[in-house]
Amino acid sequence: MTPDPIDLRIVEATQAGLPLVARPYHAIAELLGLAPDDVMARMARMQDLGAIRRIGAVPNHYRLGWRANGMTVWDVDDSRVDELGERIGRLPFVSHCYLRPRRPPAWTYNLFAMVHGRDRAEAMRQAEAIRAELADACRVGEVLFSTMILKKTGLRIASAAAE
Amino acid sequence: MAMDRTEEDDNLPHRLLDGCQRDFPLTPRPFGALAARLGTTEARVLDAFRDMRKEGLVGRIGAVYRTNTVGSSCLAAIGVPLERLDEVAALVCSFPEVNHNYEREHAFNLWFVVTAPDQARRDAVLDAIETESGLRVLRLPMLEDFHLDLGFKLSWS
Repeated sequence: MTPDPIDLRIVEATQAGLPLVARPYHAIAELLGLAPDDVMARMARMQDLGAIRRIGAVPNHYRLGWRANGMTVWDVDDSRVDELGERIGRLPFVSHCYLRPRRPPAWTYNLFAMVHGRDRAEAMRQAEAIRAELADACRVGEVLFSTMILKKTGLRIASAAAE
Repeated sequence: MAMDRTEEDDNLPHRLLDGCQRDFPLTPRPFGALAARLGTTEARVLDAFRDMRKEGLVGRIGAVYRTNTVGSSCLAAIGVPLERLDEVAALVCSFPEVNHNYEREHAFNLWFVVTAPDQARRDAVLDAIETESGLRVLRLPMLEDFHLDLGFKLSWS
């Protein structure tokens, strides 16, 4: 079951965050002309379906002092990448862990894991811990540090759709 | 009558960030529920979140939607000659469908995410960036998400 059009209106209304008022779901409901209980029930259902991964505070790692943002990329055996990806995704310092396609010869890495350190040395230690987990299933890896954030906004489905 | 400020209140932002990255209550008064859990008041929780938002410590409080549940997104990278970096970065940022754009130290030095209502529009944006820049765009859509998303562990040492 996928989100229906009313669910999508709730997504559009909440993707930039909930209003910081005592009854945020009531505020969303009023905005959309829905019943507050309906808004909460639909969000609970989207959470059950996995469309909502979590509801909570989204910290800004950079502003909190985690200045070294490293995208670690690895060339992992296809036969073992699912099992190892699950393990890497559970490491406490990994904020995202994805399987992506290789694009040889330009790009030969299939496993991506984002790490966040206060400085590069800490992020490199995190990358080394990932390397140790992957062991002989990984041929080669790299850490790509960001040097500049050129743009970072939340999802903007609605505004993109309106263009 | 107002309660006295306590040491716990001074740590409230950290306690909120550690305890509220997931399981934000889906109840009529969620900030009040958090306050009860943390032994403080609804007003103080709301103030702490407002302050953290103002300072940019928290991007937002709300639902994190799974990639591709609504719309279609794709991570992309370009190896941009250094002398063209500003120009190509500005071109990429000019598309409203681009919601992240990072410069990284690598031969592929520009990394961005394109999110659109559907895959056709997403691919059209990637094609347009490729055409207008004259540079090849590496397309790396997510195939599998391994992260359970329990929230990022923030240690305050």
